[in-house]
Amino acid sequence: MKIAVCVKQVPDATVHKRIDPATKRLDRSGEAALNPTDLNAVEEALRIKEAQGGEVVLVSLGPEKAVDSLRKALAMGADRAVLVSDEEAVGSDLLGTARALAGALEKESADLVLFGQASGDGDGAVLWAAVGERLRRPVISQVASLTAEPGSVTGKRQTEHGYDVISAPLPAIVAVSDAINEPRYPSLKGIMGAKTKPQETVSLGDVGVDAGSAGEAGAKTAVLELGPPPSRGDQIKLEDDGSAAQKVLDLVVQRKLL
Amino acid sequence: VTFLVFLEHYHGELEKGGLGVLGKAASLGDAVGVVLGEGAAGVAAGAGTFGASKAYACEAAELASPLPQPRVDALATLVEQVSPDAVLFGASVLSADIASGLATRLDAGLNWDLTDLAVKDGELVGTRPALGDTVIAEVGWKGSPKLGLIRSGTFDPVESGGSAEVETFETTFSDFSTLATLDEQTQEESSGPSIEDADIIVAGGRGLGSPEGFTMLEELAAALGGAVGATRAVVDAGWYPYSTQVGQTGKTVSPKLYIACGISGAIQHKVGMQGSGTIVAINKDPNAPIFDFCDIGVVGDLHQIVPKLTELVRSRG
Repeated sequence: MKIAVCVKQVPDATVHKRIDPATKRLDRSGEAALNPTDLNAVEEALRIKEAQGGEVVLVSLGPEKAVDSLRKALAMGADRAVLVSDEEAVGSDLLGTARALAGALEKESADLVLFGQASGDGDGAVLWAAVGERLRRPVISQVASLTAEPGSVTGKRQTEHGYDVISAPLPAIVAVSDAINEPRYPSLKGIMGAKTKPQETVSLGDVGVDAGSAGEAGAKTAVLELGPPPSRGDQIKLEDDGSAAQKVLDLVVQRKLL
Repeated sequence: VTFLVFLEHYHGELEKGGLGVLGKAASLGDAVGVVLGEGAAGVAAGAGTFGASKAYACEAAELASPLPQPRVDALATLVEQVSPDAVLFGASVLSADIASGLATRLDAGLNWDLTDLAVKDGELVGTRPALGDTVIAEVGWKGSPKLGLIRSGTFDPVESGGSAEVETFETTFSDFSTLATLDEQTQEESSGPSIEDADIIVAGGRGLGSPEGFTMLEELAAALGGAVGATRAVVDAGWYPYSTQVGQTGKTVSPKLYIACGISGAIQHKVGMQGSGTIVAINKDPNAPIFDFCDIGVVGDLHQIVPKLTELVRSRG
């Protein structure tokens, strides 16, 4: 089975993230890492490949330095990586991002496309549905366990009310939840091997996307203003001396919350 | 500004999330609601009570299961018919997929995780917290319709006392959108409101010590008429179901009162609950990060404080 995994480079968790006031975009200049929940998608792809054979291809959109983050997923065991990197893609919103990824995925024509649960920088959890719509393929998201068979997939989807078990014929798109597995650490051999695995960087044009339909030019949303969050106001701190429960109740009642 | 608001229904009732969004939309302009699936026409009339001037319903068999892609077809049909300026959704696992698919189908802008909406100089603008709510962005759209996903718990439903005429509509389905099928549905038994709907959430983390600690939280939540939430750590450990997980890879909630019991306040949990009205934290570790962003912090043993608080709430009658 050929599996494509969509992954994204995000600022490292230890970096103090900031938005550039001039461009109103996330400053991506500092230390970067692979989006943590994408690791679950990579892990799931590797497990399917180990059970059934096939190929795992990473597909990403981002700045050229994103190849460093892709190498980590290659070290985990993915076979090769395709990075769409283009100045014209900078400032893409959901629509442009979905176009670029769908373009690259179309060229790969994988049986199964996997996504992680959410992006750690944009807090979005919407991309797979947009890519599924563009590629006209069935989508199953928020999948906590996945069974892949030749020709079909079945996913257990976590919902507000419990679980839905959903099946779809291949080719299909699945977004996994971070509950699905525990991503492996790359082995030393994997890390060494990753350096020689094929990594391709392509432009928007290479994947059949008009520059005007991605990036800032193709965006249908815009950030207008940036400001600080409202202050939470004064804080009350208590040490429990046996009366804390009563004090909490009094404060809550005083604030008309009960 | 004219709005089309997607309303989810469950067990024959409209869900609170969508109704809250409907009320907000009605305060900004004309709002119509849409309900899809089995029994949609019956429940759609209820939208009038919460601000809809009209309600649309489609009961096509393809919409019987809670799957997003056929709903994109139905909403695309309705958007063409109604031409709203904006299409709004209360955030849920289902509606996020629908909104994203619809944005792509219509080549329309989608802003998500919105915590407020306003009309400025005739244009719709949204409020969108970013980077773990450390920055608040004002976001807009180019062209229309403008699609928005509203963070759950942001707007309370408001009973307007109005009524809405229900109009049913038909739609056709794309070949690919009916390929995914629902095989089985498991519903988690829960009493009281869901965490998306609750005004009060009592949440627990590792500091509870054991899965049995949740019994104590359930009692407090029941006394308060609230719901129980959990951190990722305890959900991963199997102490409590995923549907109650608050945080980055769970739900983002904003109840009026959030009582965090034995929760350290890691960033991944913080982003899911810091929009709450009043945050009470009970933790025995005075250095727990949660004490940096709570409103009322109690350093103490939750096993002493929580049952006492439950008793006090009950005795208020």
